Amino acid sequence: MAPNASAAADTFPKLLIRNALLYGTRPAMRQKDLGIWQTWTWAEVLDIVRAYAVGLHRLGLKRGETIAIVGANRPKLYWSVMAAQMLGAVPVPVYADAVAEELSFVLAHAEVRYAAVEDQEQIDKILSVKERLPKLDQMVYDEERGLRDYDHSHLRSIDDVIEDGRKALAGDPTVAAWIDAEIAAGKGSDPSIILYTSGTTGTSKGVVLTGERSIKAATDTVIFDKLNENDVALAYLPLAWVGDHYLNYAQGLVAGFSMACPENADTAMQDLREIGPSFYFAPPRTLEMLLTRVMIRMEDAGFLKRKMFHYFIGVARRYGERILNGQQVALTGRLLYAIGNILVYAPLKNVLGFSRVRVAYTAGEAIGPDLFAFYRSIGLNLKQLYGQTEAFLYVTAQPDGEIYSDTVGPACPNVDIRIADNGEVLFKSPGMFAGYFKDDAKTAEAMTLDGYVKTGDAGFFDEKTGHLKIIDRAKDVGRLTDGTLFPPKYIENKLKFYPNIREVVAYGDQRDFVCVMINIDLTAVGSWAERNNVVYGSYQELAGHSQVYDMVEKNVAEVNRSLAQDTVMAGAQIKRFLILHKELDADDGELTRTQKVRRGFIADRYGALVKALYDGSKEADISTEVTFEDGRKGTISARVKIRDMKTEPVPAMGKAA
Amino acid sequence: MRAPGGPEVAVGDVLLSVENVSLSFGGVKAVSDVSFDIRKGEIRAIIGPNGAGKTSMLNIINGFYQPQQGRIMFKGETRSKMRPHEAADGGIARTFQNVALFRGMTTLDNLMAGRTLKMKKNFFWQLLRYGPAMAEEVEHRHRVEQIIDFLKIQNIRRTPVAQLPYGLQKRLELGRALAMEPDLLLLDEPMAGMNLEEKEDMSRFVLDVNSHFGTTIALIEHDMGVVMDLSDRVVVLDHGIKIADGTPDEVKGNQAVIDAYLGVAH
Repeated sequence: MAPNASAAADTFPKLLIRNALLYGTRPAMRQKDLGIWQTWTWAEVLDIVRAYAVGLHRLGLKRGETIAIVGANRPKLYWSVMAAQMLGAVPVPVYADAVAEELSFVLAHAEVRYAAVEDQEQIDKILSVKERLPKLDQMVYDEERGLRDYDHSHLRSIDDVIEDGRKALAGDPTVAAWIDAEIAAGKGSDPSIILYTSGTTGTSKGVVLTGERSIKAATDTVIFDKLNENDVALAYLPLAWVGDHYLNYAQGLVAGFSMACPENADTAMQDLREIGPSFYFAPPRTLEMLLTRVMIRMEDAGFLKRKMFHYFIGVARRYGERILNGQQVALTGRLLYAIGNILVYAPLKNVLGFSRVRVAYTAGEAIGPDLFAFYRSIGLNLKQLYGQTEAFLYVTAQPDGEIYSDTVGPACPNVDIRIADNGEVLFKSPGMFAGYFKDDAKTAEAMTLDGYVKTGDAGFFDEKTGHLKIIDRAKDVGRLTDGTLFPPKYIENKLKFYPNIREVVAYGDQRDFVCVMINIDLTAVGSWAERNNVVYGSYQELAGHSQVYDMVEKNVAEVNRSLAQDTVMAGAQIKRFLILHKELDADDGELTRTQKVRRGFIADRYGALVKALYDGSKEADISTEVTFEDGRKGTISARVKIRDMKTEPVPAMGKAA
Repeated sequence: MRAPGGPEVAVGDVLLSVENVSLSFGGVKAVSDVSFDIRKGEIRAIIGPNGAGKTSMLNIINGFYQPQQGRIMFKGETRSKMRPHEAADGGIARTFQNVALFRGMTTLDNLMAGRTLKMKKNFFWQLLRYGPAMAEEVEHRHRVEQIIDFLKIQNIRRTPVAQLPYGLQKRLELGRALAMEPDLLLLDEPMAGMNLEEKEDMSRFVLDVNSHFGTTIALIEHDMGVVMDLSDRVVVLDHGIKIADGTPDEVKGNQAVIDAYLGVAH
């Protein structure tokens, strides 16, 4: 890796040319097609993207125009991003699973005239809202299937566009000179991409990032994590999410490493194993799901294997993290760990596809300390970072050897962090956004007068480690009526560590006590039901089962015990809980597209339940509207039971600081 | 994708015709004097109440039963007495009402099994897995991968069939029939026992098979909505007798059909 070389390139297309020169024969992209991994080298990608850009230009795409990118992680869609950037046009990726309503909002707001889409499903979705998109003119698609009978006057296959560009390049030498001039004309201060935020707070906003800043930020972290052209990443997270654009696209172009695209969304776990990435990112939710799956499979394993697994996981818990951190560990500990590595950890990591991972990150939500420790103890170098779209991801990251489950690390290189008086984290970073697209008012709102970006998260610097700690969204941290501190996420995360519990929503702000609504995990509880001969016909039935309530009650009691340990939190113990009759879903607006709970929205939607939690009722009726993926609606009604909890005595305030 | 052998039939021409066919088991008349045709490139539905003789009809087309009277013309030639494997070789593939896959084998192996008839190298070559036999196997695997891609079942490639949910097994059965690259695909209740979402997926696949590969499809189905949406023409049987034949709209309005389904006052 030659970080200095990237300093000269201030746009991604210029970086692509540099990579084709430096790493021409090294793999840039991989995709499994018809069961076989196909590889494109940097030189090949440059060749294709140049032809694609010429083809798009011949379709009419011009500098400064926007082009929507809709679909899963596929090389042709990444090439669409690159080709648009070559022409100085601005790509606008959209989440592939967005329903037509969300899609039309983004496409209309970004004023796209072009769209590069994955397949018929996405085209149908766009066509269904076509009347709201008067500017939309041409669409290009990756997968031809099912599109044969469509009107092709405004529809082309990406292959045809590339072929058309290739012919133009071959037929006329001035075309090649022209596209080179176009690339050279691109300025680092031009918008490079517009990423729409997932909308934790209301409608999504278009975050405009520039090439120069993006590349500066990515260069810092590539050096920070010592990434180079030999690394491999699997691009399985949504293409429209800042994380994918940063971790895979930007870092890949800066460091010259290769990214592999999974065969389809359902095969990501198998592909992970086949590719064996060396750089890996997973949100806590995915890590949790993987662990739940491992634990369930171990429950079904034979007696000996189960004993061995649990024994060596115990060994790993005692010594694993210290060995990974390079701390001193007794010889017996090292020996036991080495045996455990041969018998359990290495095979387990192999099954999960983590054998070659050198650097792994998790972010997006607080991670349960036990969950975090589990992965680190088996030897996965899992670290935490904190960031957001407006920062082009990184604000803080944990350096190797300085890992704590409850911090997100010190500020990244060249990032300046300040804590506001109300506890809000403010930052200034090399990758920070240029502004919200067409929304100067919101841009001004998000910035302080001296140029810092407001994150909206509350946090503080830990005195012992110097790392930043994020407690919750600044606006979400509340207080009970008796003044006890109530950070809902803190309580929710404690509960969510139990494999039976998938999602939790806690209430308590301006209330007398804390109550929670719980979503059970169908995989874990379903497997438990099978083993215990509990019969159920649907999620709703299982969720309402009294034995399931008993099981969850034990988890809640344990959380109360652990809350009681902490003087500050002891007053925020859970007094009542209920299990929701339906899974919270992004299609219903209950979760964001990045799967965060929208607490306020849920409180409105399940108002009857929240009321019942606080008025002492034993059960409550609720009827909610659900949206299916194709946009149709239906209703689910249920009678939900509520349980009271005993709380632990609050310890004496003597030791409280 | 089309099978070798047999004369070419242009799209829209008659691919298979059933002429005055009768079949009885002892004293029970399963099919009596039924005639209809299937044109190349169309989706043809055979419907009727329970016991109308639909599956018997499919079994006759398939060569599993021999009709006592009448004849079957396939690709313009009268078909003589024929065994099912000969029908398969001639380009007729089918799926079954009750899933009939190799349950202990993986998805991939089941699909490869569907290509057995296309394997030209003899058993000993295949045993060696060397040279031409290997090249042939690679070619077959390529075709099978196209089907896996088409049906979007990449994630279950290596999963034993017995572990798959019912809806996926049905989809896989369609895949195995497709692996034979048939001229005529017979589907015996492809949506039976499916929920709405699975039915919609399956309908999409049936339409895609028809438009993408140009495969002629004859299907038996109970779900009227599915039949009316999918098929170009519908033939209605009742007690082994053809009572109607035409486009979905024509059939829907036919009094004999309404009577057969709802019963008539005596």
